[in-house]
Amino acid sequence: MTDTSLFQQITDYANRADPYPLYTELRKSPVHRDETGVYVVGGYHDILSLLHDPRISSDARNRAEQPGGSALPGEEDEGDGVLPPTFLRLDPPEHDRLRAITNRPFGPPHSPRRIDGMRGELRTIVTDLIDHLDGGDGTLDVVEQFSYPFPVTVICRLLGIPRADESRFHSWADTLVSTLDPRPDVDTAERVRIAQQARLELGMYLNALLDERRKKPGDDMLSHLVAGNAPEGRMSGMEVLATAALLLIAGHETTVNLITNGMLTLLRHPEILERLREDPRLAVPLVEELLRFEPPVQMLPNRSPIADIELHGVTVPKGSPLCLVVASGNRDPARFEDPDRFDPDRRDVQHLGLGSGVHSCFGAPLARLEAQLALAELARRLEAPRLLEDPPPYRQNAVLRGPRHLRIAVDGVRP
Amino acid sequence: MIGDGSIDRLRREGRIVIVGASLAGLRAAETLREKGFTGSLTVIGDEPHPPYDRPPLSKQVLLGKAAPEHTTLPRRLDVDAHWRLGHAATGLDMAARRVRLADGDEVEYDRLLIATGVRARPWPVEAEAGLDGVFVLRTRDDATRLHRRLTEETRRVLVIGAGFTGSEIASACRERDLPVTVAERGSSPLVGALGGVIGEVARQMHLDAGVDLRCGVMVTALEGDTAGRVRSAVLSDGGTIDTDVVVVSLGATRNTEWLAGSGLGAGPRGIACDAGCRAFDVRGIVTDDVFVAGDVARAPHPLFGYQFLSLEHWGNAVAQAEIAAHNMISHATDRIPHLWVPAFWSSQFGVNIKSVGVPALGEEILVTQGSLADRRFTAVYGHQGRVIGAVTFDHGRWLPFYQELIERTAPFPPPFPTLDRRADGRGPVPAEFPDPSVPTHGPTVTVSGYSPADRRITFTPGRA
Amino acid sequence: MRLVVDLNRCQGYAQCAFLAPDVFTMHGDEALLYDPHAEPAQREHVARAAAACPVQAILVDDLDGAPGPAEEAPGDR
Repeated sequence: MTDTSLFQQITDYANRADPYPLYTELRKSPVHRDETGVYVVGGYHDILSLLHDPRISSDARNRAEQPGGSALPGEEDEGDGVLPPTFLRLDPPEHDRLRAITNRPFGPPHSPRRIDGMRGELRTIVTDLIDHLDGGDGTLDVVEQFSYPFPVTVICRLLGIPRADESRFHSWADTLVSTLDPRPDVDTAERVRIAQQARLELGMYLNALLDERRKKPGDDMLSHLVAGNAPEGRMSGMEVLATAALLLIAGHETTVNLITNGMLTLLRHPEILERLREDPRLAVPLVEELLRFEPPVQMLPNRSPIADIELHGVTVPKGSPLCLVVASGNRDPARFEDPDRFDPDRRDVQHLGLGSGVHSCFGAPLARLEAQLALAELARRLEAPRLLEDPPPYRQNAVLRGPRHLRIAVDGVRP
Repeated sequence: MIGDGSIDRLRREGRIVIVGASLAGLRAAETLREKGFTGSLTVIGDEPHPPYDRPPLSKQVLLGKAAPEHTTLPRRLDVDAHWRLGHAATGLDMAARRVRLADGDEVEYDRLLIATGVRARPWPVEAEAGLDGVFVLRTRDDATRLHRRLTEETRRVLVIGAGFTGSEIASACRERDLPVTVAERGSSPLVGALGGVIGEVARQMHLDAGVDLRCGVMVTALEGDTAGRVRSAVLSDGGTIDTDVVVVSLGATRNTEWLAGSGLGAGPRGIACDAGCRAFDVRGIVTDDVFVAGDVARAPHPLFGYQFLSLEHWGNAVAQAEIAAHNMISHATDRIPHLWVPAFWSSQFGVNIKSVGVPALGEEILVTQGSLADRRFTAVYGHQGRVIGAVTFDHGRWLPFYQELIERTAPFPPPFPTLDRRADGRGPVPAEFPDPSVPTHGPTVTVSGYSPADRRITFTPGRA
Repeated sequence: MRLVVDLNRCQGYAQCAFLAPDVFTMHGDEALLYDPHAEPAQREHVARAAAACPVQAILVDDLDGAPGPAEEAPGDR
């Protein structure tokens, strides 16, 4: 046996390219009590049931202090202590209130056409990015040149960032996102300093923009959030800032990985790539299967029970860290037939890729449209795409898992 | 009689007849074909329409968002069947294995599935029920007529009975900005299905929407003008309501009259069947070739003390039809029991109401999450120290957890804290179900005792 | 296209209402209303909605645009 625990192996960068054998190991016991103190669950049915269990909290204040003090991977994303926690890290009723206010300008029942209405704009952004893909030498990096800039641009349009400011916004976003994914070779103190600087600048920028929107509102989400005319009440200025930052981070980091994982998976299954090229409608079921097969969020590490709960004879004590490995549940043979096969024709694809229950992914419909459009267009326009390295280099992050680069060769870009 | 050795022949060339061409009948027909039944299949329905979906009739259709004739159910597959639509079944000869139709025709079967469902209980005084402007709402044709009338100039709509359907109709009318009076015999809307604590929430929803809600009263007479149009309604408290549209929403009656004298255990409470959907005869002996599914069935349920339950639930119709279909063409040892946990939904006044289990069996209720005043909450019902039911108002994502509690017969009150516990949830309170001997409108689950034969029923609370 | 939603399964995630707003609408926070007979022009939207439903509660026939079982077929006698 190794002297590192199973959970440490799962989070170990060395296993990033293929964590799935470790998940198979994880599922051998319904609840894995890791030596690190974390309770890890990897079975589909147990995860689904815990996501609907009103004894499971997402609020860090319900977490007992861990003696080691070490945060779980993926916990760093909101730990700046300056902004109030977002609904991602709150329980009902605060969660429900903030999420409802945020949803008001975003989706049904009050804004049912916002996302569907963005389809034309999404297509233009995708077309524009692909038009500029071919650098001339026949190789490109899908991450840098496509799947990264695409969702950031979309978030800018959604929030109402003026076009002229988009490039500044991109650079803050890059910096913030890079703190989610620390390179081991960069000094920690320096990284923290850079991140704080970016956060500060972004905060000041957003603050100024919010002021402007207060005086002269548009139809963008920021205008609606500052106007705060929801019956659920209004957000404080800090809450709007925190929410905007959440939408920025969660709204694109995951989509980058979804699109990149998708392209990687298609390049590994050329016959499916070819089918998609011939019939872009395949993108719809394909993205659902992708969310099962290679979900951009691999695990939900931030839960803990508010009472001792018993799972298959194991007591998970109140306040203990609980990690739900949705990517493992998605490959659970007790739920899915032949789970390690990528099959866009699978009819039964009730995956956990976007979570479930009250915390299910807020931006899910946007992520779906972005990925469907991106993959269909990449498939249609790239001529004879092939992987230059397999596996590609991955990001550090074990929670938000995806390639850092996806270098491919193409014979050209179709018009 | 087709014995065990003949199941293969039955599957290959048997004759199966389904009486009832609604949700249960359609899903059973599809399931038979999906499971490889290649014999002859006849589906008999009294309405002329192909199987359609009823829940939209009191919601989308009344709101004018969907046409009544556009509610035809989608097919899971193209069912190869002989559809005898518009021809009611009028009799059953169990010995000769024949179903008699209204037009005198007879259809022979090797296996019969009865899924004749329920119909709206009409206004009891026939002359008054016949007045122009008096409606019930159960079928597509009912919905067409009512919807057409609501689009004409309407002084005031009177809804008699504030069960789920009555409340949904009132909600749709208010959304169309029509003046509405609701008369309910019980102390509040939904009291029969969910008890008085939740009934009070429902009452406030009616009032906030501008419904003229009258509880604890009965409509004693409907009066018409000389042209035979309904003009007013007389209430038991002496009041009268000026109205030109009356919707009678007094629950449902099971369609079993056509089985009178057949020897099947069929009566006003439905047709008794075992957990495998096989019908009982009047002697309490189970048949082997007659099966039952959907609203018309009453079957024993292990989670509820093996009492016989009738469920007017969409999901039950689907689940029971699929199991009946499977069992009809399976060997005895391959049959599966129908163990569906009762579940239903309703949407009214912009609130989504969902329930699992049998709340009406509960003595006490505990609001475990959210708050009654917000109309966003989860509440559980306790019966003899265990969780027996749960209801959510705009809290549906939590419901699967409570369904698990019911399935595991978890203790009541649940001995653990829950997120978003508020002042409402300090402790259990009486659920305030009406005395079972006082009829109310709208329970969608009827608990009808232990005995399969109708005449030996001893226990019947929450009568619809 | 004919469609039906199993509202026992539905948990109000509203994916369908985001992706096919002319066919599915939220009535309040959680209640779903839908047009059970969507126009053929909505086919692509409905396909997206049905695929995205996290609880797979949407049943549609004739999604592929093939001439499905005709409305009048069951009406014969």
